[in-house]
Amino acid sequence: MMISDTRAIILLAVMVLITATLRIAPFIIFGSGKKTPGYIVYLGRVLPYAIIGMLVVYSLKNVSILSSPFGIPEAIACAIVVLLHIWKRSTLISVFFGVASYMLLLRLF
Amino acid sequence: MTKQTFKSELREAFISTLPVLSGYIFLGMGFGILLRLKGYNFIWAFFISLTMYSGSMQYVAVDLISGGATVITTALTTLMVQARHLFYGVSLIDKYRGAGIKKAYMMFALTDETYALTSGDKADNHKARQRYYFIVTLLDHIYWISGCVLGALVGSVISFDVTGIDFVLTALFITIFVEQWMSSSDHIPAIIGVCLSVACLVIFGSESFLIPAMLTITVALMLIRKREETPNDDI
Repeated sequence: MMISDTRAIILLAVMVLITATLRIAPFIIFGSGKKTPGYIVYLGRVLPYAIIGMLVVYSLKNVSILSSPFGIPEAIACAIVVLLHIWKRSTLISVFFGVASYMLLLRLF
Repeated sequence: MTKQTFKSELREAFISTLPVLSGYIFLGMGFGILLRLKGYNFIWAFFISLTMYSGSMQYVAVDLISGGATVITTALTTLMVQARHLFYGVSLIDKYRGAGIKKAYMMFALTDETYALTSGDKADNHKARQRYYFIVTLLDHIYWISGCVLGALVGSVISFDVTGIDFVLTALFITIFVEQWMSSSDHIPAIIGVCLSVACLVIFGSESFLIPAMLTITVALMLIRKREETPNDDI
């Protein structure tokens, strides 16, 4: 079933508008003064560490550890990425071999 | 710090965005193929990727428009999926301050991956670094649009199995996480981020854990703020 193009465009416009607003709002709300408030400076410093942690969890949110293959391919691939990165500290190497091993693991399990 | 030339900044930005290039081309193509399958051609893919420019949201958008969702459902779903962007701005206010017209674009095109790259950048002089952040933002945007349009164009031709390629973004986030972990002596914020996200994921489920996770992370970080404050710090 396809909705009319007009309707599709309206829905897309709603999504675009809300997305842009969420992206821009913090800059407008907290960044308008000459000096950024102390607690925002603090959050700005510590949040990146916490958010990247959250994004790791977010990108793995649909992995089911209760049904086969129990998240084993993801766990192994993540471990490979971590170890490779500690060893080589090259994002390209870590990402490339991480993805390659994950795609291979998915086909083995 | 010596002033970088545009060419050296472009080169540096290209190298640091390479993982995003591969991730965005594949994820973008995935979106384009899906969109094409639902009856929308590459022109739709172009405008959606240009204006919405959000991986997770665009996949959800395909569901919403092909399922004929209502405006209210669409708005609420967008709020849920995209609320995490509120976080990004908060931590980039000082880095992007005073970037002028470039800033407007950098705010609009701030994705997970661009955020990860610019917020993780260690440069001290933000002002001198803003052109570099702008180039990173623009390159990522171009990769994404290219992927989406390409997917919608060649959608039906492609036959090889790329299941699992989306792991590229997980891998990118993990490398940034490890990188930050190794370059900082304070691991508490990182641990808070992971633990509270996992806890909220278990409690609230994968569809609605982000907002509770963001709230609890913010509260936890504010609570531990005292531990490092100097007495004459403002507010």
